[in-house]
Amino acid sequence: MTRRSLAGSILGHAVLAALSFAYVLPFAWLVTTSLQPDVERSRTPPAFVPAPAAAAEAIDRAAGFHAAYEPTLVHYSKGLTRVPVLLFVRNTLLVATLSVLGTILSSSLVAYGFSILRWRGRDAIFFTMLATMMLPGQVTMIPVFLIWRQLGLVDTFAPLVVPAFLGSPFFIFLFRQFFLTIPRDLVEAARMDGAGELRIWAGLVMPLSTPAIATVGLFAFLGAWNDFLGPLIYLADQSRYTLSLGLAMFRTQYGNEYGQMMAVATLMVIPIIVLFFFAQKTFIQGIKTSGMKV
Amino acid sequence: MNRSKEWRAGLLFISPFLVGFTLFTIYPVAASIYYSFCDFDMVRSARPVGLANYANLLKDERFLRGLWNTAVFTAFTVPATMLTALALALLLNMKLKGQAFYRTLFFLPSIVPVVASSVLWLWLLNPDYGLLNTLLRPVLEAVNAAAGTALRPPGWLVDPDYTKAALVLMSAWGVGGSLILYLAALGDVPVQLYEAAEIDGAGAWHKARHITLPMISPVLFFTLIMGLIGTLQYFSQAWIMTPNGQPGDATLFYALYLFANAFLYLRMGYASAQAWILFVVIVAATVAVFRTTRRFVHYGGEGT
Repeated sequence: MTRRSLAGSILGHAVLAALSFAYVLPFAWLVTTSLQPDVERSRTPPAFVPAPAAAAEAIDRAAGFHAAYEPTLVHYSKGLTRVPVLLFVRNTLLVATLSVLGTILSSSLVAYGFSILRWRGRDAIFFTMLATMMLPGQVTMIPVFLIWRQLGLVDTFAPLVVPAFLGSPFFIFLFRQFFLTIPRDLVEAARMDGAGELRIWAGLVMPLSTPAIATVGLFAFLGAWNDFLGPLIYLADQSRYTLSLGLAMFRTQYGNEYGQMMAVATLMVIPIIVLFFFAQKTFIQGIKTSGMKV
Repeated sequence: MNRSKEWRAGLLFISPFLVGFTLFTIYPVAASIYYSFCDFDMVRSARPVGLANYANLLKDERFLRGLWNTAVFTAFTVPATMLTALALALLLNMKLKGQAFYRTLFFLPSIVPVVASSVLWLWLLNPDYGLLNTLLRPVLEAVNAAAGTALRPPGWLVDPDYTKAALVLMSAWGVGGSLILYLAALGDVPVQLYEAAEIDGAGAWHKARHITLPMISPVLFFTLIMGLIGTLQYFSQAWIMTPNGQPGDATLFYALYLFANAFLYLRMGYASAQAWILFVVIVAATVAVFRTTRRFVHYGGEGT
């Protein structure tokens, strides 16, 4: 390695380390706040080092400022009793699970009709579908709300879950692109053997499409877990709130209780981070193939 | 299979979509157009009023304010997020050890649920105790001591002059999606192009300008269009962090006022008209960007 490239790589590492530190700092702040007693009333700069009470004082003296704090779960216990967070988690999981199941089932069936099957008018309908993805949600938002209201299903999970069972253009598109890579000979051979189309979908195409199923499932889950606008429009009774809505309500009602707010936010973030570390490849691949921003 | 049988099978498979499409797209689009010409509060049935909603919107100060806020915010956020993601991607594209680790750290913020990141940033941006001002205060104090100035950390979300800047900052934190796309595009640039340029004596700037940027321009263009469409509909963060566009309507964004009209004031016809104006704005902005940037976008195989 030449001296110049060595200097370059040291500089590169220094810049990357500094920037990634800046990107991680908000997470540290989130967790620190949730574990720190009375952080909103503490002196600044805020403490960053979790330590037992006895050691905290010594650390403070050594650092010359208020650097250590004794971690406590009091914000979690208070936050969880103040609003029924666990109920919100349950509601969110219910909506998310149904959304994932509905999306995988319906979007793959529809994509099968748009790719494996050949019929007159297929591509015209497909491209119409793609074109309408440009339509901003605000345009259809009001009439769709009025439909659910007419059906008496406002303030139920139906408006959040039923559309997933009717296929969503984005996921149909994703499945279709994947199905098009499946060799036609395999499908033709299955037909020769007398398999019906549903049989081929379930027994051949879907088993070959696990990467696509994983991607669609992951993004459908994230979509439901993170959704705010849908619950905001449709859910009224607090017993049916999702985590998103519950946390937003917490902000409205107890906006000054930062410790508790961060505790609830941490509970909302952790599952997603865990999911990311288990499915890192699917995340990255999904973004690359679809261009979707999470 | 004969043709009519094929046709029937095709329609059968896409039938969930046909039902959803009719119920949640075709009918709502038609209804929304109709409502936009009506006075409709959900209590009484819709009453046609001609162009009154559109005419009133153009005289509605809060509507115009929202349009302006959204235009300004979009003009800053979209370039800011693209440049941030591009800078990070170029750094991550250097041949250094541990890039996967850095990549993960830069990516993580983008998967934080929007409500969680909103309340987190509300706290980060707190003028008195927030992290940002805690870090900023000693720096400004040092500057003040040295230069005799009287700089103070900004109020961010409580100071109308800084609210949009605060939200831009927050957007720049969550650029992980674009980052991944840019990294993938950078990885696809053929090494031979750089080698050939080096033989011709090209420097780093020359290579970036004439090889890297043209080669990744399709992805830049894609994120520009998606960012534009998304930011013009910016809603959740503003709704949670700055309810009702406070302070001083500085964050009264287009979608915020639309939502308020529809679901708080129950002016469904008025909000529908607003939605269609938004649609026109989005189409116009997209077409304008297509027209002005297309000649900078280089697609492989076209030749340079």
